[in-house]
Amino acid sequence: MKEFKGRVVANGTTTAKALVSHGGLNTLASFQKALQFGDKKATCGDQNNPDLYGKQMAGKALCLPTTIGSTTGGLVLYCACSMNRQPACMLFSETIDSLAGAGAILADVWLDNVSMPVVDSLGEEFLSYVKDDMTITVKDDGVVVVE
Amino acid sequence: MNLTKEQQEILDGKQGDILARIMKTLVRYGELFGADSMVPVTSQYNHLVTSFGLKALAPVYELMDRLIESGNVSKQKFSADPRPLDPNVPSSFLQNIVFKNFMYSRQEDYEKQLTRLGIMEKDAYTCTCYMKEVGNTPAMGEVLSWSESSAVVYANSVLGARCNRNSGIIDLMGSVAGFVPNFGLLTDEGRKATWIVRIETTKKPEAQLLGSAIGMKVMAEVPYIVGLDQWLPGGLDEDAKTYLKDFGAATASNGAVGLYHVENITPEAVQYGKDLIAENAKVYVVDDEELNRVYRSYPVIWKKKDAAPKLCFMGCPHMSLNQLIDWTKKIEESLKKYGKTKVCIPTVFTAAPAVLKKFEETPYAATLKQAGVITSYICPLMYMNNPLSEKMPVITSSNKLRTYTSARYYTDAEILEQITKGGTAR
Repeated sequence: MKEFKGRVVANGTTTAKALVSHGGLNTLASFQKALQFGDKKATCGDQNNPDLYGKQMAGKALCLPTTIGSTTGGLVLYCACSMNRQPACMLFSETIDSLAGAGAILADVWLDNVSMPVVDSLGEEFLSYVKDDMTITVKDDGVVVVE
Repeated sequence: MNLTKEQQEILDGKQGDILARIMKTLVRYGELFGADSMVPVTSQYNHLVTSFGLKALAPVYELMDRLIESGNVSKQKFSADPRPLDPNVPSSFLQNIVFKNFMYSRQEDYEKQLTRLGIMEKDAYTCTCYMKEVGNTPAMGEVLSWSESSAVVYANSVLGARCNRNSGIIDLMGSVAGFVPNFGLLTDEGRKATWIVRIETTKKPEAQLLGSAIGMKVMAEVPYIVGLDQWLPGGLDEDAKTYLKDFGAATASNGAVGLYHVENITPEAVQYGKDLIAENAKVYVVDDEELNRVYRSYPVIWKKKDAAPKLCFMGCPHMSLNQLIDWTKKIEESLKKYGKTKVCIPTVFTAAPAVLKKFEETPYAATLKQAGVITSYICPLMYMNNPLSEKMPVITSSNKLRTYTSARYYTDAEILEQITKGGTAR
């Protein structure tokens, strides 16, 4: 078990199984098909992300360095949250990027009864330590427990 | 964050709950990135990334309804990304059903929303709003609330305007409030280059490949590119602008670049030179081998790897007028060389409606049509993003289209050969 401390971007606590992307998450490429065709598991559709391609993202503790790609990224995350297909939480090893940050804030400010805790700046060691299916617990002070 | 009295009152709800939430969104967004204040949006027009009435984005349209109903529409007129549908583009019976009844069933309603929110005019749908024919071309130093990664990187780099890589919805909210948080690419510090990229190729690098290589290397950081000016001998002329349009789109989609400087070419690089380079900048050398390595690294996700291409898309981002003319000349010459009169793969060139209108006024339009090439205002990405189109072997020289869809990337020369001679180029 190991604890990491990051910055809270969106409040909340949760426990979920880890899903790890070592490269940047392309939000549009990852979520678009799932949102378009009613895939409740939000199966990742990004062919360029071998870590996530074809895996379920909804309900997982999504661990990643950053998000990349189209500036629809924030609204795609907002829609995923609104349609209840969002990851259980998003945990960034780096400082969050402007698109994911926008998505997290839009969901937090505009959607009622939707929770997706987001923590960033967890450090490189976090991403090298965490592996798929490890159990992640997010506490409300930005502490992330990996076991 | 230091807010003015007016901004604080908006945040406190004195102008209504919806505007207060908009301000709260923008303030929290800014605070996340260390913004010290909110600064006025100074461009004449905005640009929005969301142009498609996609059923899957219903929550976005509901949010926009809340803005419209509360009277919080854009303070600026705006352009928006390309439309997702065009009957000129070849599609099967099944594709048409999927497009119209499942995917883009909200298109008509959404365009009505955009009209109420303040779109510039009925055909202001393009990802290259900055083309002079379209008329949304911000000046150096102007502050924008744009989204669309390829337009943002162009506005920052080629025009010297100031804009962060805003997400959809945030773009509109900045325009409704009239302010954006002051951080990142809006600041002098944020515009400094943390990478030096040395171009050491033996020929002019393919714009889309070079952009991809740099994007994947520097991700969201700012590169200062040295040695590219030798391949752009006309300075920042129309050819260079077209090259940088395609280059920038690849840096933004294959990575997350929002600004690049090209030594002796882009306006800030011309004005400030190496003073734009931050201390301890990392170095990336791009030579022929590096570009080959990047090209070879692209996965081909066609089920049948050697399938004969069924469609070719050019123009993601939308083509410029001189690009349409250049390609018309190249196709005409190449068809003649191979003893043909028409392209052998259905080929679609996409451009802004206003650019297509200008192109139609030239004699090249008839030549291109005669060669069998279709012109369209469509967004190729929106056409491709569904299970039916995904199964089609589509080729392109757009690295953005390759990144987001199953389209297979080829260099411009390879595309030309394939559509005029036939056969696979590698």
